[in-house]
Amino acid sequence: MEYEAVIGLEVHAQLLTESKIFCGCSTKFGAAPNHNTCPVCTGLPGVLPVLNRRVVEFALRAALATHCHIAAASRWARKNYFYPDLPKGYQISMYELPIAQHGYVTLKLNGHSKRVGLTRIHMEEDAGKNIHDAHSDASLVDLNRAGVPLLEIVSEPDMRTPEEAGEYLRSLRAILQYIEVCDGNMEEGSLRCDANVSVRPQGSTALGTKVETKNLNSFRAVEKAIQYEIQRQSETLNAGGRIVQETRLWDADREVTRSMRSKEQAHDYRYFSDPDLLPLTVAQEWIDTVQASLPELPAERRERFMQKYNLPSYDAEVLTTRKDVAEYYEAAVHAYPSDPKILSNWIMDGVLRVIKDEKLDTGLKITKWPCPPEQLGALVRLIDEGKISGKIAKTVFDEMHHSGKAPETIVTEQGLTQVRDEGALAVQIDQVLAANPEKVVEYRAGRDKLLQFFVGQVMKATQGKANPQMLNELLRKKLSTDHQ
Amino acid sequence: MALYNLTIHEASDLLRKRQLSAQELTRSVLERIRTTDAQVHSYLTVCETEALQQAETADRSLATGGPLPLLCGIPVAVKDVILTKGLRSTAGSQILAHFVPPYDATVTCRLREAGAIIVGKVNCDEFAMGSSTENSAFLPSRNPWDLSRVPGGSSGGSATAVAAEQALAALGTDTGGSIRLPSSFCGVVGLKPTYGRVSRFGVVAYASSLDQVGPFAKDAQDCALMLQAIAGHDPRDSTSVNTSVPDYQASLTQGVRGLRIGIPKEYFVEGMQPAVEVAVQQAVAEFAALGARPVPISLPHTEYAIAAYYIIATAEASSNLARYDGMKYGYRAPQTEGLGETYRRTRAQGFGSEVKRRIMLGTYVLSAGYYEAYYLKAQKVRTLIRQDFLKAFEACDVIATPVAPTTAFRLGEKTADPLTMYLSDIFTIAVNLAGLPGLSIPCGFDENHLPIGAQLIGRPFGEEVLLQAAYAYEQATPWHLRKPPL
Repeated sequence: MEYEAVIGLEVHAQLLTESKIFCGCSTKFGAAPNHNTCPVCTGLPGVLPVLNRRVVEFALRAALATHCHIAAASRWARKNYFYPDLPKGYQISMYELPIAQHGYVTLKLNGHSKRVGLTRIHMEEDAGKNIHDAHSDASLVDLNRAGVPLLEIVSEPDMRTPEEAGEYLRSLRAILQYIEVCDGNMEEGSLRCDANVSVRPQGSTALGTKVETKNLNSFRAVEKAIQYEIQRQSETLNAGGRIVQETRLWDADREVTRSMRSKEQAHDYRYFSDPDLLPLTVAQEWIDTVQASLPELPAERRERFMQKYNLPSYDAEVLTTRKDVAEYYEAAVHAYPSDPKILSNWIMDGVLRVIKDEKLDTGLKITKWPCPPEQLGALVRLIDEGKISGKIAKTVFDEMHHSGKAPETIVTEQGLTQVRDEGALAVQIDQVLAANPEKVVEYRAGRDKLLQFFVGQVMKATQGKANPQMLNELLRKKLSTDHQ
Repeated sequence: MALYNLTIHEASDLLRKRQLSAQELTRSVLERIRTTDAQVHSYLTVCETEALQQAETADRSLATGGPLPLLCGIPVAVKDVILTKGLRSTAGSQILAHFVPPYDATVTCRLREAGAIIVGKVNCDEFAMGSSTENSAFLPSRNPWDLSRVPGGSSGGSATAVAAEQALAALGTDTGGSIRLPSSFCGVVGLKPTYGRVSRFGVVAYASSLDQVGPFAKDAQDCALMLQAIAGHDPRDSTSVNTSVPDYQASLTQGVRGLRIGIPKEYFVEGMQPAVEVAVQQAVAEFAALGARPVPISLPHTEYAIAAYYIIATAEASSNLARYDGMKYGYRAPQTEGLGETYRRTRAQGFGSEVKRRIMLGTYVLSAGYYEAYYLKAQKVRTLIRQDFLKAFEACDVIATPVAPTTAFRLGEKTADPLTMYLSDIFTIAVNLAGLPGLSIPCGFDENHLPIGAQLIGRPFGEEVLLQAAYAYEQATPWHLRKPPL
């Protein structure tokens, strides 16, 4: 039987606030273990949480950017469970009354638009980190992350394929980056994703038993794990088995999911409203202020790029999926407005490729690439002005990447300027023709193909700097007229 | 008269007139602790050296003159659930037996800023759960009026320290009656402020929506001074309320003329110790004689208060006490295998039986499938109880009731039956559920010469009126002046 998958994602986005959600400790990544802690986030006796207003503002931004309804009053809840990285024995989260509900994200896939519903968005605190020390049998706890603010964003089960799920996640990440609430880095864990997958016979409207898969720390893992689950569940059903409601873990090395705990072993978190915090009320005024401050969002920017720069939909999509890339592109266009499409090509095939190959976009910032956008603009200008060939441009690009030098500097220093001096070029051509008298005869006898041979020889002699059109012209002229 | 016999206002007067030094006063109190604490067991930690240093500092301030902080040079005791930086704070529990906090509770800070001298930390039921101090992991405190009897709880040590004059005043906490019950059993004045009046930051949490810090004192005026020092908004406690704090002392002498005193019929019930009922009725008569007007009122949902309380308080406690897991601080069971066993043994060994009982109760009422029937229902009852009071306050300004149905009982008398023990708080619990201020004031003695307390309940943030009434009553009666035979 053929099955259709029903997929929903639960995303945890770490917020880019300076301080933690319920205390004043820094959220900076990379401090010495347990350095960014205080009595509040380490859960000492007697401490009380005080809400960081910025976190609410960030939640409002995310909620408004995803068209959610904001609750006039929401409530903090305690999620109770024991774990060494959870200092209070409970996590402060939101449960029955989240801050935002009923939103959606619009995705573009293969030219089609699709709306994926958002069930809810709520705020909560992150837990610390357990580090299992390889040198002893101890486990060490680092509470720097404990109390770092998170948004939990729960989608409706609106996706049907792994690609849709991947695209939803990319679209959501783009939104979070654009509104500057989350850096969106899955590898570093600032964006985490759990997938709920079930399958049902094609055409059926009833929902199958859902399985939750955790530990998806890359886009690839999300798509692969969902693919795996769809296949596993379909095969199980086809073999006459049944799906058990459970939580599974993605094993990225073996590319399989493994059972972590069954429904029976599921925690009873004993949620109840946190008596240490007042219900959260958000005034309409505040909502309006945040709404007014929202920047251009990825979908709007994609449209604008297509209109303003006349880019194909694919280019606009690639360039706007990340805010840093979109901004880099626009700055490059600003520096050299004559050819937006060529600049798009250079970013997609040049900058993004290098960044990816050399893993330069830690923190998903194009700033790791050493050349500012103005220099990429300058490179394209050099080509358009005929100062360098497209081929030389690739050499210059590589050099820009390695040294960070401006393209003009590289061209001057390495003498890469095209030889456009007819006299100089004629001398080179004469030398080549003189060295190959038989080939000249053959050409004149009708072997036109030999033109490429002469071009190659002159290019070799000029180290590729000969202006190709000029060279072609001159060669033809010399070979037809110059009877020695 | 010994120096430790002084009230705060008397001592402050003498200190400011330079007729007494803070060091003399502190030494007298420390000496009193030395001679009497073997009998009453108020203190878990006495910090003699630090106290004398603070007294020296106070004396220097006093010598320079100028504006002095409110409690300058006054020796006080602090309940051991209230954190004191660098000074062991056990919450009466084995699990925190060696816990030395790295920070001060807000109320501790405020006491220090007010110039008070903290002489030590006083005993209580473990995590403030109990009505007799018999749940202290260390030792029970004893009632200074009869050493075979309990002082009440959970802030028993605070009450005995003030009653036995081992401190001029003390801080305690009240979640279901833990200030008012021991005040009544020990014959001192105790005030549970309105929920949100005093910061809970740095107070080991038992039931966060009910806990409130308040003073124990020898009379209403001292009580007002102590409240003045600790009350007020604290940005570190989101549930503390940002309303101005009145000058409690300034309005103390306004009297009770025209004050309508509500007498709820549900608080005078069958099975009460007759002497208690008589004393409280006499107190009401005394108020009437002073110009107040008693009015009968009804608080119809009173009978559900205990049930609702033991659901809400235990639910919150089960979560609040989850942090004592042996990972970061406090007791950890030795020689355990693996995480699960470490948790289980640490908590099995570190907590006493009443604490475990309440954690289990609270865990149960929050569990999937029971939450609606218990916790949610209890919250609804709580709302009804609060509405009862607010409605009653349309017809009266203050409500007068007994603090407890009996005077102090004997040690061991109720330990075998937790339910009987829970009933000690039958008249105090509703006040916590409603978040109102409640004051206990000595109003007589029973046939065994044990003190009886009357409870005055006020409107939200109506502490001023309670203190005025108590002060007026004290001017007309001798009860607060009697001292236990120690």
